Formats: sequence, C-alpha cells, structure tokens
Amino acid sequence: MEIDPFVFRLSIFILSIFVGYYVVWSVTPSLHTPLMSVTNAISSVIIVGAIIAALAGNNETIFNEASMFGFLAIILAAVNIFGGFLVTQRMLAMYKKKKK
Amino acid sequence: MISTNLQALFYLISGVLFILALRGLSSPETSRQGNFFGILGMLIAVIVTFLSIGNFSSSFVYVIGFLLIGGSVGAFIAFKIPMTAMPELVAGFHSLVGLAAVFVAISAFLNPEAFNLGNVGNIKLASLIEMSIGAAVGAVTFTGSIIAFLKLRGIMSGSPITFPGQHILNLLILISIIGLTYFLCVTQSSKLFWALIVISFLVGVLLIIPIGGADMPVVISMLNSYSGWAAAGIGFTLENTALIITGALVGSSGAILSYIMCKGMNRSFFSVILGGFGGTDQVSKSENKEQKPVKSGNSDDAAFLMKNASSVIIVPGYGMAVAQAQHALREMVDTLKKNDIKVSYAIHPVAGRMPGHMNVLLAEANVPYDEVFELEEINNDFANCDVAYVIGANDVTNPVAKTDPQSPIYGMPILDVEKAKSVLFVKRSLSPGYAGVDNDLFYRENTLMLFADAKKMTEDIIKSF
Repeated sequence: MEIDPFVFRLSIFILSIFVGYYVVWSVTPSLHTPLMSVTNAISSVIIVGAIIAALAGNNETIFNEASMFGFLAIILAAVNIFGGFLVTQRMLAMYKKKKK
Repeated sequence: MISTNLQALFYLISGVLFILALRGLSSPETSRQGNFFGILGMLIAVIVTFLSIGNFSSSFVYVIGFLLIGGSVGAFIAFKIPMTAMPELVAGFHSLVGLAAVFVAISAFLNPEAFNLGNVGNIKLASLIEMSIGAAVGAVTFTGSIIAFLKLRGIMSGSPITFPGQHILNLLILISIIGLTYFLCVTQSSKLFWALIVISFLVGVLLIIPIGGADMPVVISMLNSYSGWAAAGIGFTLENTALIITGALVGSSGAILSYIMCKGMNRSFFSVILGGFGGTDQVSKSENKEQKPVKSGNSDDAAFLMKNASSVIIVPGYGMAVAQAQHALREMVDTLKKNDIKVSYAIHPVAGRMPGHMNVLLAEANVPYDEVFELEEINNDFANCDVAYVIGANDVTNPVAKTDPQSPIYGMPILDVEKAKSVLFVKRSLSPGYAGVDNDLFYRENTLMLFADAKKMTEDIIKSF
C-alpha cells in the first residue's frame, strides 16, 4: 500500500519543528528582536497561496469573489515581506563591534 | 510551466534558505548574510509560483501591481519606524500575516479547484480540516495582534480587562469552534465557515484583553508563534513545503521566545494566558509604604561618584527608550571611558517591551554589542563594580524578588544591582514599576535616587564631568 502524501508533509512539519527548536535556541539573545521581525517576513511566504488564488480567475473575470481575497492577501503579505526584511536589515546594520 | 516535482524541490530549497536565515542570527557577524538568505528564499518561492501557474496574462500584471503597492507600503514603514516602536511594528506585522492566512483560506474555500482541493461543496476532508485550522489560527492571530498593537501603542490602556466568567466563556467558545469545524466538514456549508472565522476573530480579542502591559513581551512572542502555526495550516492545505517548513520554524521560534520571556519573569505560560497580572489591586497595596527614608542627589553627586569609580555597569530599561535617552547615555559612557573607567551594560531578558528590544536600542545609539551583556553573563560582576547606573529599569532590579515570598514578582530572576558599591537610580518619582510593586532598592543605604527625566539627567551628568 502506498503512503499518503499527507504523511510526508507531516514528517517535514515535525522535523522542521525540531530544526526550528535547535536553531532558535542558538540565536543570541541580543538578536531576539531581529529574530521576530525576520520570522515575520518569512512567514509571509503565505503569499504563494495568495498568488495562486489571485491568478485563478480567467481573463474575463480577473476579479471574482475568490481571487479578490487572493489580491488582498497579496497586499498584506507584501507589506510584511518588504517591511519585515528591510526593517531586519536596518536593525542588523546597527550592530557593531567595539572599535579597537 | 515547470513540473510539479521540480516546483516542490524549489520550495524545499527556499525552506532550507529560511532555516539558514534563522541560523545566521546566532551571531551579529553572520546575521546580515542570514537575512540575505531569507530574501533569496522568498524570491525563489515567489518566482517558482509564477512559473508553475504560467499565467502571464493581464491578471499577472495586477498581481505584480498589488505586490508593489504592498511592498512600497512595507518599505516605507520599515525605513520610517523609530526603533522604540519595534514592539508595535512587530505586533502589527503579525496581524497582517494572520489576516493574509484568513484570506488565503477563504479563497481556497471559495475556489478549491484552483488549489486542486476538489470542488465547491465537495472539498477533500483533510484539506477542509487544514483550511479551518489555518483560518481559525490566522483569525485569532489577527485580532489578538490588533489588541496587542493598541495596548503597546498606548491607544488602549495596558491594564488587564477582566470580567466574571471570562475563562468559562473562552472554554465554551473553544468547544464551539471544535463543534463548528466538525459540522463544517460534514455539511461543507459556507455559512459555518464564515461563522468559524467570525468566532475566531472574537477569540483573539478575548484572549489578549485580560493580559496586562507587563506581560506584553510574552504576548508578542506568543502571537509570533501563532502566526507560524497559521502559516503551517495553510501550508498543509496548499501542499506547499516552503510554507510548512516556515510555519514550523516560526511556530517553534515564537514558542521558545515565549518560554524565555516567561522564565525571565518567573511566570508560568498558563498564568500569563489567564491574565489579570499588573492590575490596580496590587498598586493600591504598595501606596501606604512610601514614608521610608530615601537619599536623593543631583547630577553633580552622580558625576562625582562615577569619577571616582573604576568600573560602572549601566542597567537600561524601557524608561530609557521612552525618554529617548540612549544617545545621551552613550555620550556619557564615552566620557567615562575617556576617564579610564570600565563600562558595561547589563540587560535583563524582559527589559523593554519585546525580546531583545534593549539591545536594538543600544545598537542604534552606536553601543558596540560586545559591551552589552545578558543577565547570566554579568550578574556576578555587580559585587565588584563601583557604580550601577539604573536608567529606566525598575522591576528587574527589585531585591524583593529574592527575599519576599509574598511579592507578586517573587522568584523572578533579577539583576543583583544592590550588590554594587553605590547605585544611581534615575527615575522621575518613587512610583512602582509595571508590575505594580514597590522597589526595595530605593530605600537602600547605597542607593542614590536621581529624580529627573532620564535623558535630562544623563545630559546633566555629562556637563558636570
């Protein structure tokens, strides 16, 4: 009997939780704020779903009920992606070592 | 068009790049590279999605347009936001992720064919459950973050809002959500789907209003975690590896940060969620104790003490950020260093309104990060230091946490400031801190209170030198 693809996705999910656990514990506490802003940015990869939804409409009806929600989600996720990565960049650029 | 397998591999690559983005944050040197990996991962995910759909008609132009609108808004915010407002910004961003998850779930529900999930009224059972989880968690994240944003921004009072029967109400709502999801799966009715989303919006509000301002660092971290789980839920619906990996990463990241914050306050996660901490009842208790003698001084006294010191430890807190005193503080430290005085900074895990907030503010004021230490690294040094300069911190220095089991902050790890030879405590008045507890440190022999605005006092000390 074949394994349901769901089980594969679940495996990826569980293993990623463990990866996340160990990776995040190794983050230095002084970078916890950038950690939050960058996780914010990467969780906006949800834009992938928004794009699929937005492009699902055909040429006559670009804006139907379902694609409209996709377009709205694109705006929200894009705010987050650009805002999140840029503000992280801005913060990280400020961390400097002692001048000798 | 690219094949489904190739597409899945590319999503896996962007997932791995996201892991590297977080990995980079283990030290400031590698962090900028890490952020670059994150951007690369996002770029790959978006491009692969476009290629896999292969629809480059007029709707594609609209997608790019909307993307750029959102992007420029985000970029504008990112450049304009002052570093003191980072907690609000992060809460605001969380709400957007939550709402985006809700919208994607809605469009998947309305047009399941586009996502290969079946037909309207006949959506695959597993997808429907995943979709409901994604939508519900997303909705909770959205309204919860809005409330957190309003509280942090000061638009809404930071004091907890509680009412009788609150926990029972929450429990009933939780049961009704599970019931709704079950009937939604049986009937596939869109009405139930909308009801589920509306109720989840309500849960988000109810969950955050009882939590007081002092617990905000936990709340932000918790909502960070929720936004991750929402993304993972949608990732399962869309069968998208990048989204599943990211959701799991963000979910566990937020959970760990919540744990660190709870530990920093010696509070159980559960008691934070139940809320009510930092309410007015605790403040009133401490009001009748304020007749104890307090030594106070001016900037000349402070400068004199520091001049004769060989080592000084600075203890910054959120009050420093409110007074915008970080730049003045750095100037003062520069003056001290010119006089061959050793200076370091001590940061408590819950200083500020979000994890790591103080570190960012100090970095902004050009304080080198290798002069800034965490609680465990520096706590033993207080006994050997001549002057501790407490600026804008309060509860995290209160020795009562070690001595008085009756105190609400008993057991909380604190900076051993009182062990320093002398303590300079900059504060506007003797009022208690965020937790509503009177600070024993004010009345110690070796404490000199400097009653003034943090920024003005620091500037005056520089002048007195």
